[in-house]
Amino acid sequence: MKYYRSHVLIGISDAALQAGVKEFETALRNELAKKNLQDEINILETGPLGFFGKGICLTVYPENIQYTDVKIEDIAELVESHFLKGRPVKRLLFEEALKGQVNFNYANRIVLKNSGIIDPENIEEYIGAGGYEALEKALLKMQPNDVIAEVKKSGLRGRGGAGFPTGLKWSFTAPIDADQKYIVINADEGEPGTFKDRLIMEGDPHILLEGIALAAYAVGATKAIIYIRGEYKLCIERLRKAIAQAVEYGILGDKIFGTEFSLAIDIKVGAGAYVCGEETALIESLEGNRGNPRWKPPFPGVKGVWQKPTVVNNVETIANVPFIIRNGADAFLQHGPAKSSGTKVYTLMGDIARPGLCEVDMGTSLRTIINEFGGGMKKGIKFKAALVGGAAGVFLPDRMLDVNMDFESLKEYAAVLGSGAVLVMNENTDIVDMLWSVLRFFRHESCGKCSPCKLGTALLYDLISKIKKGEGTMADLDQMVMVAEMMQQTSFCALGQSPIMPIKSALDNFRYEFEARLNK
Amino acid sequence: MKTLEELKKIREKAQADMKLRSTGTRVKVIVGMGTSGIAMGARDVMKAFLDEIGKRNLSDVQITQTGEKGLTSMEPVVDIVIEGKSAVTYGEMTPEKVLKVIEEHIINGNVVNEFVVAVDK
Amino acid sequence: MYEKIFAKYEPTKDNLIYILHDIQDEHPQHYLSEDAVQRVSEYLNVPVNHIYGVITFYTMYSTKPRGNNIIRLCESPPCYLKGSDNIYKKLKTVLGVKAGETTADGLFTLEFCACLGVCGNAPVMMINDDVYGNLTEESVVTIIEKIRGGK
Ligand SMILES: Cc1cc2nc3c(=O)[nH]c(=O)nc-3n(C[C@H](O)[C@H](O)[C@H](O)COP(=O)(O)O)c2cc1C
Ligand code: FES
Repeated sequence: MKYYRSHVLIGISDAALQAGVKEFETALRNELAKKNLQDEINILETGPLGFFGKGICLTVYPENIQYTDVKIEDIAELVESHFLKGRPVKRLLFEEALKGQVNFNYANRIVLKNSGIIDPENIEEYIGAGGYEALEKALLKMQPNDVIAEVKKSGLRGRGGAGFPTGLKWSFTAPIDADQKYIVINADEGEPGTFKDRLIMEGDPHILLEGIALAAYAVGATKAIIYIRGEYKLCIERLRKAIAQAVEYGILGDKIFGTEFSLAIDIKVGAGAYVCGEETALIESLEGNRGNPRWKPPFPGVKGVWQKPTVVNNVETIANVPFIIRNGADAFLQHGPAKSSGTKVYTLMGDIARPGLCEVDMGTSLRTIINEFGGGMKKGIKFKAALVGGAAGVFLPDRMLDVNMDFESLKEYAAVLGSGAVLVMNENTDIVDMLWSVLRFFRHESCGKCSPCKLGTALLYDLISKIKKGEGTMADLDQMVMVAEMMQQTSFCALGQSPIMPIKSALDNFRYEFEARLNK
Repeated sequence: MKTLEELKKIREKAQADMKLRSTGTRVKVIVGMGTSGIAMGARDVMKAFLDEIGKRNLSDVQITQTGEKGLTSMEPVVDIVIEGKSAVTYGEMTPEKVLKVIEEHIINGNVVNEFVVAVDK
Repeated sequence: MYEKIFAKYEPTKDNLIYILHDIQDEHPQHYLSEDAVQRVSEYLNVPVNHIYGVITFYTMYSTKPRGNNIIRLCESPPCYLKGSDNIYKKLKTVLGVKAGETTADGLFTLEFCACLGVCGNAPVMMINDDVYGNLTEESVVTIIEKIRGGK
């Protein structure tokens, strides 16, 4: 029997045949013969190789090295480098290809740990994944104050934008003596580029219900309302089913688990207005009115729906609570920096290789999020800017991508974590156009209640339209900033206070583009 | 209305089911049915699985749904879970690709490499 | 139709928004007629002008008759970046109407809307309750043709 120093297994599969594996094999034999290696290197055909490479795949023994997607053009390099010099060709290695593979980060997820795994319409799958254990623990072994204390200790902060400490918010409402208290879940998600709450509600509705039950128990509420935007048809359908199942299993309703705690959860559907995401506007809408924001104080925690004490929380915020109660605040504090503990869900879109979502620890840098979880830029195009936080967000250039995404670090950049929307733009994107689109959004969504916002958003849109057409002047640029600053100081709610964010960051970082468009 | 004791039983059973210990299931097909998936044609993919599995009378294959994993741009996404093997995630599925996955992967046990976007979870 | 919808809701003002949703969804022309507003006003004992105030505030309501299929094209920044403009131009030629208008056959109304939360598949539009993503100038034609054919 001949002694070979190396064996090359060629995987024969449909994909390999399509990729021309037969021609490849002949070419490889020829090349080996040319280098006089045919008696040292053995070539064998075999079935699929058992790893999930693409195209033509090879396994080389004795090293057990796996190559994927090898082309005829690669043969010369492969033979020269690997079979003559003993140095595997790194760029063709399967493990290299794997590095570009999707990283779901499931092991590190909290709010989306079940989404994409369990059937959201089957309560038993949620229960099987450890669901409703936290509620059982809270109702049977903890006092309401213990729940608040645990959430406070976890450092959980609101994921709806403002980042207010959740435990602290609850502790304002809990001691109030009232005949009725409410939990209201803000699922109005209207910030352009944001769909994290939709993913939670569609993918794992019960995690939200369990979180609501824990919040209600903590503050002494017996009614909860989920306010969902009308466009989220699938969320509405899945949540309705989830509530019905939970009631059937006795997890919602009267005297849950035989305790004195009762809870009813209702769903209310919005009708298309961004401002209704503002908590007091949302409450107005719930009562059947135009969604104009209310004056604060009193805060909803004291006087909310029907003037009753009401805790308003975002979907993602509440979806963190079951984990905190089940695994303890300390487990939660393992994620992210001390002042911004936990994970954050980001929605990634624009000119990146893999638009979608990721849930990562707070404090992960924007660069890592874009490169590792979004797959980097689309092939062949370069990065220019990211609009982070939706329309009320900021334009960040490349040199700012190393910012850590958490409440504290972003403050230094005058940026906000906001909704977690990350819109990536390529080198050819026109920032003037993008700002125009952002300001068009604000003009459309201003509710018209207060003059600074109503007139300001219209004026900003006129100014940017003029600049976009090439008719603007330096004075228009200055006026844009002035108007937005005035709005920031005098608008009634955060909607009118927001346009300064995109405007200022666009001008600070890309001023030359605006100046180039002016009518000189 | 379930007692806590019953909930515990449900939990244990569901856990076993998810690991495919329930009687008779050899392969689990999980179709991503979030809004993105549906917008990209997940309903047709689901239907293709149901039709073809039914036609071939593959009684040991269970078809279920789930939410989004986060691969918006590769929807519709489908997981194939076979006891004792790594779970395989296929992306950009179409009814035509479904036929191939059933033939090659579910019946013959060979992963269809071209469609794979991720392996194991 | 009104009785059936009213029967689902207590006559309290907080149900106004849902009653309006239901009436509009039931109507083949997806709108709220004067008659509808009058009936809701009587049922809830809420002034007509309050109801109009609410209707005009929310973008999902219409007081004008619309087509059987409401096309809502997202114009928010992420979809804009991905070319929603071109999709709009294509839709205009295929349908022969501008945003805010209804086709002569009463089949389609074309509207703009803000982010639908499916931005990973931008550009995006909704037709009634269905979402369509990764739109191209070719795919919108196919989608429209399919609905036309299935009429
Ligand atoms: C114009 C505007 C829109 C908002 N939209 C939302 C939204 O869609 N979802 C949300 O949770 N919070 C939104 N907020 C923030 C809410 O007012 C509120 O801070 C939040 O729901 C509190 O929940 P959290 O403490 O859990 O973050 C918005 C605020 C403003 C001013
Ligand atoms: S921006 Fe169009 S769907 Fe979000």
